[in-house]
Order: sequence, then C-alpha cells, then structure tokens
Amino acid sequence: MTLSSETREAIKEAANHAAAGKKSACIDALLLAQRERGWIDDETIAEIAALLDMTVEDVDGVATFYNLLCRRPVGRHVIRLCTSVSCWVMGYDLLLQHLRDRHGIKPGETTPDGRFTLLPNQCLGACDRAPVFMIDDDLHVDLTPEKVDAILEKYT
Amino acid sequence: MTERPLTEHARLDDPLDLRGYTQVGGYQAVRTALTTMAPADVVTLVKDSRIRGRGGAGFSTGLKWSFMPMGPDAPHPKYLVVNADEMEPGTFKDRLLLEGTPHQMIEAVIVSAYAIEADVAYIFLRGEYKVAEERLNRAIREAYDTGYLGKNILGSGYSLDCYVHTSAGRYICGEETALLNALEGKRAIPRSKPPFPQTSGLWGKPTIVNNVETLCNIPHIINHGKDWFLKLSLTTSGGTKLYGVSGKVKTPGTWELPMGTTAREIIEQHAGGMQDGLRLRGFLPGGASTDFLTPDHLDVMMGFDAVQAAGSRLGTGTMIILDDKTCPVGMVRNMIAFFAHESCGWCTPCREGLPWLEKLLAAIEEGRGTEQDLHILDEHVRLLGPGMTYCALAPGAMAPLGSALIHFREDFERHIREKRCPWKH
Repeated sequence: MTLSSETREAIKEAANHAAAGKKSACIDALLLAQRERGWIDDETIAEIAALLDMTVEDVDGVATFYNLLCRRPVGRHVIRLCTSVSCWVMGYDLLLQHLRDRHGIKPGETTPDGRFTLLPNQCLGACDRAPVFMIDDDLHVDLTPEKVDAILEKYT
Repeated sequence: MTERPLTEHARLDDPLDLRGYTQVGGYQAVRTALTTMAPADVVTLVKDSRIRGRGGAGFSTGLKWSFMPMGPDAPHPKYLVVNADEMEPGTFKDRLLLEGTPHQMIEAVIVSAYAIEADVAYIFLRGEYKVAEERLNRAIREAYDTGYLGKNILGSGYSLDCYVHTSAGRYICGEETALLNALEGKRAIPRSKPPFPQTSGLWGKPTIVNNVETLCNIPHIINHGKDWFLKLSLTTSGGTKLYGVSGKVKTPGTWELPMGTTAREIIEQHAGGMQDGLRLRGFLPGGASTDFLTPDHLDVMMGFDAVQAAGSRLGTGTMIILDDKTCPVGMVRNMIAFFAHESCGWCTPCREGLPWLEKLLAAIEEGRGTEQDLHILDEHVRLLGPGMTYCALAPGAMAPLGSALIHFREDFERHIREKRCPWKH
C-alpha cells in the first residue's frame, strides 16, 4: 500500500522545512502517514525512508521507539486507557475487566468487527478526573463501566 | 495585584483570544521587554526573582539562562524550547496553563526568547494534548497576525518564529537532551553532558529548555517586578506554585497557591481531605519519581528546600495520595512498570534492572515473593540510584521504590509471609 499523493507532498514539505536536513522530518513523516491509515506498515516505512534519504532500519528504529506510533493494524477507533498510578489507585482495572467481559478486548487487541483497538497508555495528565481514557482525539474522564458503554456507543 | 498570576485568567472551557487577553493586560510584558529592556536586563530580573524550574529538577531559571552565549559573536540560530511534554505520572498542571491560557504561553515564549536572543521557539507538546495543540496553534496564528511574532516585533528589531511540535510519545522526552533528539526526528535517547544544551543543543546550536509553568511566570515578573514575585512565595524562592492532588481525596484538582504552602493545607483544605472511611498513609509530593512522604510530613512546606530536607523532592508539585485501603506494593509495582516501559534502553542498569524489579514486585504482590527478593530490591535501589545510570530516569524510579521499602516495609513482608496480597480478598 502506498501513501496518498497528499501525504507524500506533506512529508516532502516537512522535509524541506526541516532546519538540518530531511532526516529531522522523520517523526513528522511517520505521524502524517499514520494519520492517513491509522498505522504504519512495512511499505510505508520503505517509502518514508526513500523520501528522507534514510535507511529502512533507521526509520523503523524511530517508528518502534514512540508510544503513539502503531506498527501493527488497529481498528477504526483506538481506545487509549490510562494505566498510570493515579488511574490505578482509582481503579482502572475495573474498566479493563469490563472491556474484556463486555466488549471482548484485552490490551493490544481489536474487536472482531474492527471497530475498536484497546491500547494501554501512559498517564494522560487528567489525574484529578481518574480513571480516564482517550478514544481517537477525545478525552473521556471520571469513567465507570456504565459510562464506558454509553461512550463507546458514539463511535461507530 | 493578583496573587494568582498564572491562573487568574485561565478558562478551560473557552480561553481568552488575543483581544480578550490583551484587555486583561496581556502582551504588556512583550511591549515592556522589547521596547524598554535589553535582553541582559530581563535575565538579571529573572535571576533576582529567584524563580526555580517547575518541571521537576528545580534549577534556577536565571542561572540556566546566564549560560547562554550572548551578543554579536554568539552562534545562531539560537533556540528556546518549551518542555510541554507533561508525562510524569500523576501530573496534570501544565495542561491547565496550555488549555486555559494559551496566549499567556505565547507571551511567555516571546519575552523569554528575547531574553536569550533566540531566533526560533519550539513548543514540544505531548501528542495526547489535542485540545492544547489546537489552542496553541490558534494563539500563534493570532500573535503573528498582530505582529507579536515574526519579523521586527513592535519595531524593536527583534524577530522570532514559533512552532508547536507534537511528540510521538515517550516519557524520556521530558529529559531535555532526549527531547532535543526527538525534535531532531530521532529516537529520544539522552545525550551525554557536557556539552550542555546552552552551548550545543538543538542541531548543535545554543538552546534553552524550560518547563511550561516556569516560563508562564516570566511575563508577570516583567510586569510587576521581583519584589512582588518574591512576596508571592512563603519560601526564599519566588512565586506561586500550581499544586495538584489526585487519588482518593474528596475533591481532587489543581490550585495555584503560594510556593511553600503546607501539604496539610493542600490535602485537607483544597483537596477536601480523604474520602469518607479512608485514612492517609502516604503521598508522593510531586509525581511518580519522588519519594513517599507520610502523614508525619503533613506540615512540611511544599517548597524546594523543605521537601528535600524531608527526604523527597518537590518535583512537579502534583501529589499522588496513598490511602489505607490501597496496597503500597501494588502502587509501587504500577510505577516501576511505567518506568520499565519508558526506559529508552540505552544504558544497561536501567534497561535490564527495571524490568527485573517489575517482575520481583509482581511476584511479591501475587504472593510468590521471598525474603531474598526484598534484599534484591534494596540492592537495586542503590544500583539504579543517582550516578549509576546515564540519565535521571532510573534514579527517579528508585525514589518511590526505595522510600516504600522504608516506610511500608511491613506491607512487603506481610505479602511474603502470607503468600498473598492482604488487600485482595
């Protein structure tokens, strides 16, 4: 699968704009590619490497380093459940249990209908409203198992 | 004059736009600094205000700036980088400033960049902070349109460009040299120091990295002076502090209070005290990488020196509460799991040590631990401590573990003795 011409142009622009050579646009390029299809496959890594005059290994080294870059397929929506200390104290494990029992997904898994992927996430910086998760770009706070069901309804 | 300069005009639901912000006195500091002060005057003022960094390390901001090469012979471009990568577990204070008063952040960037004669400023923002990203970018556009950013700002001859860079996510990016590698598009591995970023930072050029809250104070220091700033604080270091409390208290939240407010006032008054039926057992004063304090420390002033004297660090000033119905071993296990995951993998003690500790803590919590495991934990607190690793990540991780082994040792021993977690039924 190749990148759209739009994304290719955006990556080229980021590379030209970069202060010290194309390489410094590597993270931007990966984020742009991921925005297009949700995750980054091997072909995309090779394409970005060619665009930025980098080796495939160097690009993959960056892609596999960062938490928000996905190297495996994800569903239409990504649930990022905060698993850090305040959410742990406030009982995020109840939410994990609920997502497993009611929606059939454990961390790292995608629902069979391809709707949701559940990923653990580091502290989301909303500790006064714990437990919390993000779905795509939206933060949801003060979660309970009941609230989770109502929220998930909104993402089709 | 306000006693809550940072949050007086913070509005999380609908932050002030440039016009509204200007009406409440915003961008006055840009006018004052760029048209009546030399960069060196700003640095001196900041030094005299005795402000210390709010990102965790507490280094003197004025001193940090004074290491920047200045004048016509300094290498250019020079950079100011805002560390807005709020990833310390239990920390949620910079989000309030970024989302609630985006123009205050931009004004802070302009006057601070002017002080160090920076040509370009980057705001290194957590990828998860989507609302902040949108609001900062809007504020930057407005500032360009009004002539507060760009070429020859207010006819002063000073020019500055400002960009938001969203991170792809990794705790180590909070370490300033790792952050610079991330900005350069690389894996975020810390660099060896020296050279310090002031002499060789972003793309090898002079660079200053400061925390969001730290910088947001600078316009107010310029507007009201050092004496006013020093008086805001109950300690020898100036200013207010954004304190936060999370965990099982009645009203968790963030409050701007005088620097040096006691833990008791913050927890009992502002956070409403413990939830009914729960007792306070301990608290991490400033994020996951600070040592546990206990109810005996409630009257400690939450300032840099007093918290250090009590055996911990002020850190980010956002407390995490341990109550008497939460397992201390489980809590520490959660934090060590975080640090093990976030280790960049560069140096061996951190890469290999943290996952081992995570496994040991899991064994103890699940009732499979032995006396020997406790000794291994003790030893690793020393082996992963200050001076033993490449950067401060592993020593930070040892803070909650080492202090828990002291304050809650009986809880660890009970897990081993009873071969189960006493908090689970």
